[in-house]
Amino acid sequence: MSPRLFSSTHALAAVVAVLLLGQALVVGQAPSPTTKAPTAGKVWTPPRTPDGKPDLQGIWSNGTLTPFERPKGLGTKEFYTDQEFAELASRVRKGDVGEEADIGAAREQTLRYDLSLYGFDLTKARFASNKRTSLIVGPDGVVPPMLPEAIKRNADRAAKNKGHEFDGYENRPLQERCILMGQERLPMIPPVNDNNLLQIAQGPGWVSMLHEINHHTRVIPTDGRPHISQNIRQWQGDSVGRWEGNTLVVDTTNFTGLTANFRGSGEKLHLVERFTRVGDETIIYQFTVEDPTTWAKPWGAEIPMMKTQGPIYEFACHEGNTMISTILRGARVAEEEAAQKTAK
Amino acid sequence: MRNWFSDSIIARVAVVGVLSLTATSALGQAPAYRAPRTADGKPDLNGIWQALNSANWDLQGHAAATGPVPLLGAVFAKPPGLGVTEGDEIPYLPAAAAKKRENQANWVKLDPEVKCYLPGVPRATYLPYPFQIVQSPNVIMISYEYAGAVRVVNMGTPTKAPAESWMGWSNGHWEGDTLAVDVTSQNEATWLDRAGNFHSDALHVVERYTPLSADTLNYEALIEDPKVFSRPWKISMPLYRRVEKNARLLEFRCAEFAEEVLYGQLRKKPGN
Repeated sequence: MSPRLFSSTHALAAVVAVLLLGQALVVGQAPSPTTKAPTAGKVWTPPRTPDGKPDLQGIWSNGTLTPFERPKGLGTKEFYTDQEFAELASRVRKGDVGEEADIGAAREQTLRYDLSLYGFDLTKARFASNKRTSLIVGPDGVVPPMLPEAIKRNADRAAKNKGHEFDGYENRPLQERCILMGQERLPMIPPVNDNNLLQIAQGPGWVSMLHEINHHTRVIPTDGRPHISQNIRQWQGDSVGRWEGNTLVVDTTNFTGLTANFRGSGEKLHLVERFTRVGDETIIYQFTVEDPTTWAKPWGAEIPMMKTQGPIYEFACHEGNTMISTILRGARVAEEEAAQKTAK
Repeated sequence: MRNWFSDSIIARVAVVGVLSLTATSALGQAPAYRAPRTADGKPDLNGIWQALNSANWDLQGHAAATGPVPLLGAVFAKPPGLGVTEGDEIPYLPAAAAKKRENQANWVKLDPEVKCYLPGVPRATYLPYPFQIVQSPNVIMISYEYAGAVRVVNMGTPTKAPAESWMGWSNGHWEGDTLAVDVTSQNEATWLDRAGNFHSDALHVVERYTPLSADTLNYEALIEDPKVFSRPWKISMPLYRRVEKNARLLEFRCAEFAEEVLYGQLRKKPGN
């Protein structure tokens, strides 16, 4: 994770996120999202919008304990047993976890947040239950190795900036510049327990998604209109959606070649996301990414999202950005001092 | 909370009375148009909309003028406009009028739009970019192409802002075919146009979106701010639907276009 911006909006976002964590529901009580739909006994009918579409509306959190990639020791084991999961959940509540659970900002050693200041109590942390050993699905459970051309592409980009990191704003990471926050990038990977919220609203023919981080909003057509011209390249690509049964399928292309979009990928990145409501309180979010210039095969992940209370606070990153000017001013002062020393 | 709520209702009722009187007289007769309904029976305002005027240059009537960058010639000259302010007068208190003139004189340096800051309400509506209304029974999400700004209008029981923000806190309700939105808790950093018209953190805006035809809305904003204005005042303008077949909002993440203005002077100098 790149350095954070310590703006007041960030602090505010942090407070909100931690308060959310503080809600009194313990690990393991949310419906298990490891299957496509609840099976045992009771019949659950997915809610519908007034115009008859599956209703995904509300505010959702993707806070999770499940690490993105599978811990090495687990091999091809994709799921914990009920007993193993119960033991893991119990260890998490005591703060005793290794690679098996990513508790992110809830770690005592995470300096970003003084947990006691926010009244945070790990024993009351609320996360969707997930018996997966990693968010990445499949036997590998890890990001596939990058193709040589992708390694070279990313290395070339880094080499170009080397030695110039403090020359000007254009040499700073997009995240610092509030142009594209790391965890704002698509697909939506859970950040380390802040900015986990997503608000969905649906109108006829459109689904609007407000991602808490950097107030990133996608207004996705579901009326069959095609992607925009390939000549138009955008930081977050172009998303079009369609309904498949109870699932909203969102197809995103038109990413730029200016940045290593998602995990080192290039402008050929093709993302397919699937949103399926499996209970009153849960949406299963699945994605598959492919990019023939980056990976030899498509890969993807599955992330449960829990219904939660709002509101989503405004995330005004650029407006509160004092980081770029502070860093550059610091570099200029250091150069000035060095020049004076040489002159003496 | 209760006091705040009932006060705002009383204010709103008063405002509504005044506005409906003026709307009727302005149009000469009661509008006959009835908007199509959504599946849950509400007027359907869904769509991509845009103002087609020069209100963002100046809310008051203005003649064309040289633009701020002489090198750009006619390309970025200030276009003329009839004005969108009722009576064409903005009722500044004396000290505020002086500040407005100062803002105008230092426009390029001071206007938050130059810096790509979130625009606030009502300016978001008449910036020269489209915005999109996505209407559901409980919330109406309004997304703006400019800076990716967004508002979530709460259509349930009115709630109070948890904190001040750039885009404010919006509670909406229906009055016949009109969507009325009460906007509070905006910070004082946004402006109303490029002419230096401004407000304080006491700004209270009541917006009214009224369908006029399948592809036009009337937009009104009643603006009150006792720290800056001697009385509430009103702007109004039509909004037009973007009817292109493949219309949608594109990215205008303008932070990157404002960096030279904000940070360019801190770039490493050649030789250092």
